[in-house]
Amino acid sequence: MRLLRQLRILTGVQYAYMLEYRAELYLWVLSGVMPFFLMGLWMEAGRLAAAAPAAALADPARFARYFLAVFLVRQITLVWVIYDVEDDVVKGRLSPQLLQPLNPFWRYLASHLGERLARLPFLAILTLGVFWLVPTSRFPWEPARLPVAAAMLAAAFLLRFVMQYCFAMLAFWTERANAIDDLSFLLYLFLSGFLAPLDLFPATVREFATWTPFPYLVYLPAELLAGAIPPGLGRGCLVMAAWLALFTALALLLWRRGLRRYSAMGA
Amino acid sequence: MLEPPSFSASPPATGRRQHWHWHRFRLLRLFWGSAVAAEAEYRLNFALAVVTCILNLGGSLFGLFLFYHNGYRPGGWDWPAAVLVLACYTFLDGFSSTLLAPNLNRIVRHVQEGTLDFVLLKPVDAQFWLSTRMLSLWGVPNLLAGLALAGWAAHRLGLGAADLAAGALLLLPALLILYSLWFILSTLSIWFVKVFNITFVLRNLLEAGRFPVDAFPRRLRLLFTFVVPVAFLTTVPAQAMTRGLRLGWLAGALLLAATLSLASRAFWRFALRHYSSASS
Repeated sequence: MRLLRQLRILTGVQYAYMLEYRAELYLWVLSGVMPFFLMGLWMEAGRLAAAAPAAALADPARFARYFLAVFLVRQITLVWVIYDVEDDVVKGRLSPQLLQPLNPFWRYLASHLGERLARLPFLAILTLGVFWLVPTSRFPWEPARLPVAAAMLAAAFLLRFVMQYCFAMLAFWTERANAIDDLSFLLYLFLSGFLAPLDLFPATVREFATWTPFPYLVYLPAELLAGAIPPGLGRGCLVMAAWLALFTALALLLWRRGLRRYSAMGA
Repeated sequence: MLEPPSFSASPPATGRRQHWHWHRFRLLRLFWGSAVAAEAEYRLNFALAVVTCILNLGGSLFGLFLFYHNGYRPGGWDWPAAVLVLACYTFLDGFSSTLLAPNLNRIVRHVQEGTLDFVLLKPVDAQFWLSTRMLSLWGVPNLLAGLALAGWAAHRLGLGAADLAAGALLLLPALLILYSLWFILSTLSIWFVKVFNITFVLRNLLEAGRFPVDAFPRRLRLLFTFVVPVAFLTTVPAQAMTRGLRLGWLAGALLLAATLSLASRAFWRFALRHYSSASS
């Protein structure tokens, strides 16, 4: 209970802080436009394929919904905790936080949540704009599906956060932790479904991808948001839960080990 | 205010103009020599840059391959020709990381910390100094990868020396266009320090250049030709290599490059008039 209150207050503080930097925040949102380009490319592919009978592609509206959903999923699950942790460890700012009766993990989490809240109104406006510009991108209105999609989004955010938090813990050992995270980001580009829905992938790549954590960060939540039920949803949820558990355990372990190595001023 | 040097480093009055250019080359050698020496301290970074570059390129190729895998040729481009577009993109990306990002992203810091005053006091053209002072080796793997990819595509397409020369000819205005756009946006920081990340938006818009511009729907195609001239950066050079040099495109690219670089110059002067320095 106490933790919840602390989280709420910290989130509120970050929200107020981010409101001051609205212009900057909106520009960050706009720098995530790549899904819209891919939407255009794949819709064009779908339009041309609809003329010729190439079945796999022949649904431009599906691509419109999917890539709008990808844009939203990426905005909502964006994580940069590794830069914060690295900065705090290298500059020794972690030390005063260790004296407080609250694990710094919660502070980082709250700061992300607060920023996300400040982002939401702009995202809503953008989404309506896209609905208007590309009418086929409108998501089907099914209230029953909303909580499922929301839960999936939250789980995807949490998985991404915990994954990056693990890499961030490496900052206790090396100064280049974010380079390791960059490498994982490239795998994310390949396997997450950011480039195209997973069903358009070659079968072997797709099969491999479903065992990695990446499709659960983009493909699965995006499909649910766009109103489709991806095949293998049940198994996907299990794999996702397994990765979440694994990374949480790893983060705990690395945090304990890393803290012992931490030797900044005052520690 | 942006006149050539008039004391110590100044050349003799005769042949002053010509001398001044040599002076700049000497400065470039000094700037880049020191920048490379500083980066050579971090060799691990370079190794990481190579790995990142290779994986990133793999991702780009995979993204393009997915279209062909599903039996679709974006914009009617064959696979090697589309790879050529990607090669142009990779090369320009390398150019951005080598020269543009390390210099132009620093302008906002100069404004914020007041060190722009020192730059303006130097007996060198300030735009020249701000645009060339640093050089980062991070972009070199991308430059090389772009060339290698272009070489492979040219080999597959059986391109001759004349085609390659045409492509290189159109890559020059592309470099100038890219620089001018980036510089104009960075100059905005004289007024708006808080929107330092606007160049990231530009960089992300330019990502559309990974694909031939004809592959986009009509509205986006117009956007990428006339508003954000992505078409002139990657598609036009690749087209010159594969489908021959068209005078219309060449004239358009040169005109755009000239206009934008003059505009960047004029905008910089205009911005300086509004610059209230940190010390006055």
